[in-house]
Formats: sequence, structure tokens, C-alpha cells
Amino acid sequence: MKHAPEPLSFEKSRSGVAPPRLPEAGVPSRATVPDHHRRRRAPELPRLSEPELLRHYSRLAALNFSISEHFYPLGSCTMKYNPVANEEAARLPGFAQLHPYQEEASIQGALELMWRLEQALCAIVGVDRVTLQPAAGAHGEWTALRMIQAFFESRGEERPEVIVPDSAHGTNPASAAMCGFSVVQVRSGADGRVDVADLHSKLSARTAALMLTNPNTLGLFEKEILAMAAAVHAVGAKLYYDGANLNALMGICRPGDMGFDAVHLNLHKTFTTPHGGGGPGAGPVGVKVDLAPFLPRPTVEAEGGGYRFDFDRPLSIGRVRSFYGNFGMLVRAYAYILAMGSDGLAQASQDAVLAANYLRKRVEHLLHLPYAGYCMHEFVASAGRVADGRVRALDIAKGLLERGIHAPTVYFPLIVPEALMIEPTETESKATLDTFVETLVEIVELANSDPAALRGEPRSLPISRLDEVAAARQPVLRWSPTLDSGENAAADRSSPQGAPRQPQAVPAPTA
Amino acid sequence: MAQRYYTETHEWIDLEGDIATIGITDFAQAQLGDVVFLELPPTGKTLAKGDAFGVVESVKAASDLYAPVAGTVLEVNKALTDSPESVNQDPYGAGWLMRVRVEGDVGSGLLDEAGYRAVSEQAH
Repeated sequence: MKHAPEPLSFEKSRSGVAPPRLPEAGVPSRATVPDHHRRRRAPELPRLSEPELLRHYSRLAALNFSISEHFYPLGSCTMKYNPVANEEAARLPGFAQLHPYQEEASIQGALELMWRLEQALCAIVGVDRVTLQPAAGAHGEWTALRMIQAFFESRGEERPEVIVPDSAHGTNPASAAMCGFSVVQVRSGADGRVDVADLHSKLSARTAALMLTNPNTLGLFEKEILAMAAAVHAVGAKLYYDGANLNALMGICRPGDMGFDAVHLNLHKTFTTPHGGGGPGAGPVGVKVDLAPFLPRPTVEAEGGGYRFDFDRPLSIGRVRSFYGNFGMLVRAYAYILAMGSDGLAQASQDAVLAANYLRKRVEHLLHLPYAGYCMHEFVASAGRVADGRVRALDIAKGLLERGIHAPTVYFPLIVPEALMIEPTETESKATLDTFVETLVEIVELANSDPAALRGEPRSLPISRLDEVAAARQPVLRWSPTLDSGENAAADRSSPQGAPRQPQAVPAPTA
Repeated sequence: MAQRYYTETHEWIDLEGDIATIGITDFAQAQLGDVVFLELPPTGKTLAKGDAFGVVESVKAASDLYAPVAGTVLEVNKALTDSPESVNQDPYGAGWLMRVRVEGDVGSGLLDEAGYRAVSEQAH
């Protein structure tokens, strides 16, 4: 049984408690911050005693629905176990206490780790160089597309289009649009794979790239990948690999060998670094040699027995992240790769595919599987036929949460109605997979016998059903603290005292 | 009397002379679920047939809207800014999206009611 919802620390704040004491600033703020930018009063930080604050955060932590507590078959997200050994490596003082402005001579170990991680990732995906800067997968997509754009600009070629399958991750068209490309959609065929004839009709001298994930979001291997790569290259375009689904392929085959020119990886999926509360992630990008001059700078180079940053890269698209990326994540990923070795990585992918197929086979009498046959590391089922349509995928997702299992990804990919996208990963035992199936049996039985009861779940979690429609139509984006009646409030005459504690409803922005 | 046509991408179009009123079908709104936001083109914008002219966003997904005919946007349904639910409640009436002055032939690719019913049943 979970705790009741925990109030905000601001709501628990008591005026009788002394305000928090902040350490002295490390920089002379008076000298560097112009007068009109300096605040007139101390920030309204919550006033809580240390034990109250500790309990507040401990309760919040207990409200988490996390991989450390629950099975988390969230398709496309590869929610695998985050090894504790990775954390120990990242906390080694030589890594954890580095300052980004240290001299190169004093950070040789960190540079060596970055260089060796680049070599390892190059070997795993079959590319020539890798940048470790991007902070997440979508950031990696954008970085790769920006490099492809710079490549064509350097050759004086105008190529304004990027082709994206209709089953693609939503970030693909978004990254292309952010980069200034227009997005051209290519259809999936009846077998759930890219319709190669449709692809041919969309490819032209205007095409900059085809963005593809393989296996695709249905968990199906794109068997025509070599023919597609040839077609893309025949019109002079580049082939981009969305690495979200690499967990099916490590040590078995390589995107670079399939003809991909640029590849992003999610260290927080495939390489066991934590997803955290949405971050920090790490989305390195690998490229073949002709895109390498456009890599973000600096790169890390090995030279004369040591390592150095190389800023002298005139064709670089520039820095895409402050300093050198989410370095702690790089340490964790490298620790994982070393611990696994090449055989271990291949075994991980094989086990991930085995686990997904085991689950797929065991749920086929419960859910509709629109695409027949073996899957790779994940599969997509439809809840559209459960209880003759009296419940939705959302209801099944909520039923799983009620029973201590994180919901699969729902309503994605868009080409499957009432989709449930299930990815167990290799780090779960058969016993856990069996519990998932038994739980799903229980939910489907409830859906048949009493669909209204299922639609009322979850009941034991601190938050029940959210009003998603009202949340989207009238999002509440601001919370205003009640101003304390003490000296701080008096110092700011422009703010109303005793402002109500209710959140302010802010209408959704219109385009 | 307006003549109604449909598209394979689930828009409807009422043609009266060279003025077309355009919306999304009942099937489309049911598939999308509760509509929470719409992005519609500015008045005066010229659209080619098949252009993405806007976005409809529901709690489930965001989908592009495709122009069933070529033309110039005369008017968009401003009431939808405050009440996007009209698209769900009355897709062929208060939930209309825009009026367009049609340029050139209406062209091929539009479906009559029977043709559209076949398309939407197949999509089930």
C-alpha cells in the first residue's frame, strides 16, 4: 500500500522555522550581476526542519513507480536493470569530483574513458567516429540530422526533405522539423514493415535522409534493409538509424554494416544507465567517415600516449551540449560494456529477444496480435478486442499499475489501434514474466466480468484516474506559493500578500 | 444543396459552388478520442490539394489534417479554440474546421458516402 499524496514542501513550510541557510556564493555576484538583474529579496524557500525535509523526500521517493521496485515493460524504452556496479564506477572520486574547467593534463583518465567508450561504440554499431555530447535520444537525432544537413550544405546540394515511416518514433519527424526539414511519410506494408515500393516513390534528389529504426517500432526486423539502403544511397541521400531498438541487435549485427550512415544510441536504454526522472540521458551519435568532419567539437583524440580535446574542426556543426555531455552516464555505460564484453552483449540481445517472444506467445490468447510471427526485443498487441471492446488499452494499463506492474507503452505505434507495446528486456526472470501473464489474465477476466470495475482502477495508488482531457484543454502550469508574512514578503511590495494557495489555471497556448 | 465528399484520410468536404466547407469525419473523431487542441491555417493561405493544413490533437495522438482540395482559406472555425469538443460532439456541424474557395477542378481521389464507408470499415 502506497503513501497518501505528499504535499509540496512549500505547502508544508512553517513560518516559525528559520529559513534555510545557503552557503556563500563561490563567485563575487555583486561584481558580475548588473543591479537591475539582482533580486530584491531572498527567495521564498520552504521552511522545514531537517528531519521534516528528509521525511518529505523519503515519502516522495516511496511514491515512485520505478524499475528498482517494479517490472517495467515499457515498449521502446528498454527499461532494463541499472547495475549497482555502474553507480560505484561513476562515484569514483577521480570521475565524480572533476571540474569541467580542469586542465587536460589533470583529466587524462576521464579523456581516456571517453576515447575508449567511443572505440567500443564504434565497434558495436559499425561506424568510424562517435560524438558523446548529445544529452538524450532526440537530441542525438537532431545532432545527426544537423550533420547530414551540414554535409549537403558543404557540397552545395539543396535537400529539404527527410523521409520517416508511419510507424516511426514521434521524435523522428519532430527532430527533422526542428532541423528545418520537411517531413515526408512512407507507408508500412501489410506485414508491418516499410513499403519498399512506396519508399521508392518518395525518394528523390530532394531527399536528405531516411530515418529508420531497425527492428522497427512493431518489433519487426526490416528484412529489406540492404535494398532500402541501396535505394537511399542511389539518390545520394543518407540513411539514419534511430538507436532506440538497438537492444535487439548488439553483437549480432551492426547498423553500419546494414548501410546506415549515422546512428544514435541511447545509453539510458541499451547500455543500462538510468532513465532517471526523464534524465539525464545520453544519446551519442556515430557516423561513417564522410560525415565525421561535421561532428560536434571538441572530439577526443589519442596522441603520443595521452589524450586531448580537438577543437580545430572547421566543418564542425559546433558544440551541442555544454562541456562534454552527461559524463557520469558515459562512465556507467563504459562500466557496463566492460562488464559484459562482446559475448555478454550478444547474450543480452539474444535473451531480450527470447523474453519478448516468450511473452508474445503467452499473451496471444489474451490480446490481439496484428502482426504474426516472431518478434525481436518487443512486440505490439492490440487491446481492441478485449471484452468485445468494452475496455480500452488505457484500462488494461491502469489495471497493471494497480497490480504493481508498470504499464506497457500504450497508443503507440499509431498504426495499431488500442496498442500495447511490450518490451520485457533481458534482465527479467521467467518468474517475473509469468507473473505478468498471470496478472494480465486476471485483468482480462475482470474486463469480461465487470468492465466498470476495471475502468475504476487504480484504487490503491495515491492518484486514481486523471482527467486527461481537462489536463490537456486547461493545463495548470503554475503554482503560486503563499507569501510568508515575515520580512521577505514585506520587502516585496509588488506581490500581493496572502495570495491564494490554489494553482492558477493557465489556458493552453494557441499557435 | 451542398454536395458532400470524403477523403481516405478521413476529412469531409461540403461543396457549394466554389466554396468548400471542410471537417473531419465522425469515424475520425471516434478514433482520435477527445480532441484537446487544433491548429488551423491563417485566412488567405493558399493550399494545394493534399497539403497538411493543420493539426488535430487528442489525448491519444496528434494528427495532420490534409487539404482535400486546392484553394484559398476564407475562414476558420474560431469557436474551436475555446470548445475543441465540438469536433467530437458535432463533427459535421459545429465542429467544421475551415471554409475554402476552391481553385481549379475538385479533382480525383474524393469518395462518396458508400466509398468512404468501405474505407472506414476496412480501417477497423
